[in-house]
Amino acid sequence: MKEYTYFPGCSSSAEGGARAFTSSLEAVARVLDITLKELPDWNCCGSTPTGSVDELGAFCLAARNLALAEKLGPEMVTPCSACYVVFNHTNDYLKRYPDLKGRVGEALAAGGLTYEKGVKVRHVLEVFVQDIGEEAIRAKVVKSLTGLKVAPYYGCQIVRPGFGFDHPEAPTALERLITSLGAEPTDFPLKTRCCGGSLIIPEEDIALDLMRRLLESAARGGAECLVTVCPLCQTNLDAYQGMVNRKFRTEFRMPVLFFTQLMGLAFGLGEKELGLDRCVVPPGRVLAART
Amino acid sequence: MGATVAGSKGFVGEICGLPGGEAILTCVQCGTCTGACPNADRMDYTPSQIIAMVRAGLKEEVLASRAIWYCLSCYLCTVRCPRGVSQTRLMHALGYLAMKEGLASRQTATPAMYRVFSHYARAGSLPELWFMLRFYLKTNPLRALHLIPVAWGLLRRGRLSLRTRRLSPAARKQLDSILQKAIAIRGKE
Repeated sequence: MKEYTYFPGCSSSAEGGARAFTSSLEAVARVLDITLKELPDWNCCGSTPTGSVDELGAFCLAARNLALAEKLGPEMVTPCSACYVVFNHTNDYLKRYPDLKGRVGEALAAGGLTYEKGVKVRHVLEVFVQDIGEEAIRAKVVKSLTGLKVAPYYGCQIVRPGFGFDHPEAPTALERLITSLGAEPTDFPLKTRCCGGSLIIPEEDIALDLMRRLLESAARGGAECLVTVCPLCQTNLDAYQGMVNRKFRTEFRMPVLFFTQLMGLAFGLGEKELGLDRCVVPPGRVLAART
Repeated sequence: MGATVAGSKGFVGEICGLPGGEAILTCVQCGTCTGACPNADRMDYTPSQIIAMVRAGLKEEVLASRAIWYCLSCYLCTVRCPRGVSQTRLMHALGYLAMKEGLASRQTATPAMYRVFSHYARAGSLPELWFMLRFYLKTNPLRALHLIPVAWGLLRRGRLSLRTRRLSPAARKQLDSILQKAIAIRGKE
């Protein structure tokens, strides 16, 4: 049995809009004999916006979590691309800028914490393909998704700026995972392009246009559904798909699943357990593909 | 571009003093970042122009630009830059300076969103529903109306929680102490 410290992040937490990511992940982890222990009393990583408001404060938000995780072990995993990039960025900068490390250390000390040894923060997908491996995943498939055409969507921050996991523009981990479930990864040229991220809130037109391009690219490749590795990408492409259709007079009906939900289906787990009832675009044709 | 404001002479130095900022000195103005950026065509200045302007000391123009708030943080410019400049990090650093100097553009709602986001992040957790409501109340409440179909889609799937995740009182106190200390350290600089 493998055990990991788990950082869900706000959107994949029990109160968040992407709670199905964590619930499907936990269900799949049980099958693969992985235990995820949630970091007790974690706080928001700060994400990208906080750094522009209070730079030092943002590093401290991330560093408090890293300091707490350090007491539990050398690694922490997260399902969120934004958390993943923030923690790795913080680690990188604390190492490169001793002056920054000193200031962050001083602030942490005010809370009775230290961060010295360092914690490697990894994305859940990275753990699945590197620690568990495709063979072990394939061995757990009881309902092969044969013939299901799946667009592998990475988004940006899991591969860029790049913290050692896969290629920044031409990654293949998701394709390998999809293949091991019996499904077929489709050609998806925009697979590492941006979904608009949090600009969907202040600059909606920009984000909707980026989403339209992604959905078009996925549809052109013949995808019947799209899988994501990030709670924000899922929320954007799923919840705002109707708005894309209204704005651009398109007719996309592309189910957007977390890759863990696709794994769960192939493992024979229940739709409810996997949180598939939380998809805004109904995933009917994905469910029908199970054999 | 207008005349530079007083005190902008040291702008390059100021940027180089920020973690990650020093890399702008190596930029050769090849334009790769602009070519990579999915949003460059909507910016008032392209990413490579922003770097050139920083190096020319055009502090006010850079900090008041919309461009820095149109960065998606997708890091495509960063991985393609042949000189190792992290244009993304530079945009973040410029955003921070723009906020600090009170120059953040009012032609985009991104700074307001960032402030509301930061408010909740500092409290320990981001409640999506309240975050959205607060943002629209602070910017344009009427714009929230056309989001009703999106909100309804999420609500009926149980994805918009009224509950806010709360840290334990001890953790909250610890986080507050750390952030207060950070403010004090920053004040000394």
